[in-house]
Amino acid sequence: MRKNLNIILAYAIMMGLIILVGIFQSWNVALSIFNMCLISAVMTMGANVQWGYAGLINFGLMGYAALGGLAAVLISVDPVPEAWSAGGFDILMCLWLIIAIVFLIRFILKNFEKSKIRTYGIAGIIIAGIVIIRITSESGIEAIEAVNPATTGFLGGLGLPIVFSWIVGAFFAAGLAFIVGKVALGLRADYLAIATLLISEIVIAIIKHEDWLARGVKNVIGLDRPVPYEVNLQTTEWFINLVARFNSGKLELISNIADKQAALNQLVIEGSSVFVKLCYSGLFLIVVVALLIVTQKALYSPWGRMMRAIRDNEEAANAMGKNVVKQHLLIFILGSAIVGIAGAMLVTQDGLFTPGSYRPMRYTFLIWVMVIVGGSGNNFGAILGGFAVWFLWIEAAPISLFLINLFTVGLPETHELKVHLTESVPYFRYLMMGMGLLLIMRYRPKGILPEKIEIK
Amino acid sequence: MDFLNAIILLLNYIFVPALTYGSQLALGAIFVTLIYGILRFANFATGDMMAFGTMVTILITWYFQSIGISLGVLPTALLAIPFAIIFMIGYMLFIDKFVFRYYRVNKSPPVQLAMVSIGVMFVTQAVVRIIIGPADQRFFDGERFIIKAREFKEMTGLNEGLAIKSSQVLTIFITLILVSILFWFLNKTKTGKSMRAYSDNEDLALLSGIDPKRVVMITWIIAGILATIGGALYGLDKSFKPFTYFNNMLPIFAAAIVGGIGNPFGAFLGGYVIAFSEIFITYAYKKFFMYILPESMEPETLVQLLSTDYKFAVSFSILVIVLLYRPNGIFKGKVL
Repeated sequence: MRKNLNIILAYAIMMGLIILVGIFQSWNVALSIFNMCLISAVMTMGANVQWGYAGLINFGLMGYAALGGLAAVLISVDPVPEAWSAGGFDILMCLWLIIAIVFLIRFILKNFEKSKIRTYGIAGIIIAGIVIIRITSESGIEAIEAVNPATTGFLGGLGLPIVFSWIVGAFFAAGLAFIVGKVALGLRADYLAIATLLISEIVIAIIKHEDWLARGVKNVIGLDRPVPYEVNLQTTEWFINLVARFNSGKLELISNIADKQAALNQLVIEGSSVFVKLCYSGLFLIVVVALLIVTQKALYSPWGRMMRAIRDNEEAANAMGKNVVKQHLLIFILGSAIVGIAGAMLVTQDGLFTPGSYRPMRYTFLIWVMVIVGGSGNNFGAILGGFAVWFLWIEAAPISLFLINLFTVGLPETHELKVHLTESVPYFRYLMMGMGLLLIMRYRPKGILPEKIEIK
Repeated sequence: MDFLNAIILLLNYIFVPALTYGSQLALGAIFVTLIYGILRFANFATGDMMAFGTMVTILITWYFQSIGISLGVLPTALLAIPFAIIFMIGYMLFIDKFVFRYYRVNKSPPVQLAMVSIGVMFVTQAVVRIIIGPADQRFFDGERFIIKAREFKEMTGLNEGLAIKSSQVLTIFITLILVSILFWFLNKTKTGKSMRAYSDNEDLALLSGIDPKRVVMITWIIAGILATIGGALYGLDKSFKPFTYFNNMLPIFAAAIVGGIGNPFGAFLGGYVIAFSEIFITYAYKKFFMYILPESMEPETLVQLLSTDYKFAVSFSILVIVLLYRPNGIFKGKVL
């Protein structure tokens, strides 16, 4: 109990802050912050598995999150039969072609000695493959994109419940991580950071511009939800009764029946959106707790000890007979899969998929700030980082507005400086993030909740 | 005649833009490579530092314009750049003193310094956006074109026009001068040689009496010059938007690594490699083939290897390929 005091204290403060937002702003805002905090926490856990456990830098988090989001679209959207009949065959043929090329390259890699001819041969096969794929797919893609472009214009998905996409998103991300890991994990730390970042940019460029896949920058909106819709809730008998019972004290004070009904309606509208957010919170909490249990178990297992050994001294671990390359690849895949889950959760919550929004600032660097601030190597720290940084990210605007007003209290309302500063309030969040990161790196380099190794 | 038209077409749409874009990337890439070679970390704040330098240039340009100073046909910004450089050097030294020095003295691993540079990136980005806002700013004044497409057509009687913007010529010209001075400085002067020695082997350099503080200071000064000029030239040619500058960091990194990180000459060439390949691969050659092929063989499609949407993806793919086959870059890196 005592040694966990700082963890309990830190989480209590965090929950207190969110409750304060609920009291002073609104419960709706507080819950949406809480939900995003939970999603951020999943992402930070993924990054923490890679960085904290194994010391691998992955600046490509946004690519894995985007793949998770893509999974949500491909699982939940109903299939578009017209598009399938228009160009489905061409797309499937291309898929087979890609698989054939991959196996051909594998065959060449296995059966020929490493030489310049082999390298050029593989390059030639890839280039020829790209050209053939472009030629075969062009007509199919055009046909698919011509099918009702305002609403579909893509192949659609499988029409399954969107929650399945959380698992599929993990597999998508794991698949990408396998390729990236095979290609880039041999690189030195800072090269690895840059390489993963750039590969993710390529992945996002593909998702953005291949409209037949997920409508690209035209976005997919109105994805099915795993939780009830507000509109349906507002007309459901049991929900109205529930709201009435919750607020019976408040409602009894109103004597006029018409006023009472109006007040109840208002409460039901507010309550429905809070209820929906609570449902999401419940779903997300299940994921966070499950992942936390698994990652904690892993951290204190022999496997976790081996990972730490590899992180702290690669050569020594190698000399002890541990397969460093294999373990690095494994942990890279696991961490990326967790980020993929988070990406699918995010799209599930928003109900829309916007490939244009996956930018390195928001989905890579901010997540890294969370990991570093929270405490790398410590799962509780990573989750806390996700909560604290996201909270600050959202509440930075009101806080900085308050500070600006405090410091310019002597100036008149129309003073140029004051107006300018008030207008640029949204950008103070970057300042706060940067200062926070710099201060933590300088004075508490292990984060708010540092890693502690317990030897049992 | 058709052959000439084809050449002019390529010049106008590929060669001149790529040379300009390549010069802008080259300056950024040398900046990255210098920091990496001497201070030994990947500076993720590159794009935003360039944005900061450009912002100062723009503010000084606006001031000059308001008091009526101008350079006639040349953009006023050229006059503002030296003042911006002085300011920028101050900013760089300030950051070094209060942020990076601590980690350098403690001999922190490069990864930690890279993380710190992300903090600097956030702060610089915020400062730029708070001061000048996130919107597009155009600050080019003076004569816009050296040759206009229509004038060129009239002059030569060809079908294809060649338009050369003065900002393009200025970019290429200034880049070449600046890079020549830099290479002369690194190769011929004593200070430059001491920087190269420091980059090559820190301990040996210390033993031979090279003052590390001085080397680091000069590195930041050169970095300030490169960041300001590189950023300002990009802004003059296209336009200034903080977000674009942040995004430019990625092709700049690609250029630096392709050229062999730590090697300024490699970075210089890397910039052009990235720029030319981006434009070569995403250009639609239909019109070009219409000129050089007989009518019966004219292509029906655009003859475009990849759509322009994948412009950035091209440079990143090149980088990945280079990392796989020559992790040290095309020119051997890690020696200044």
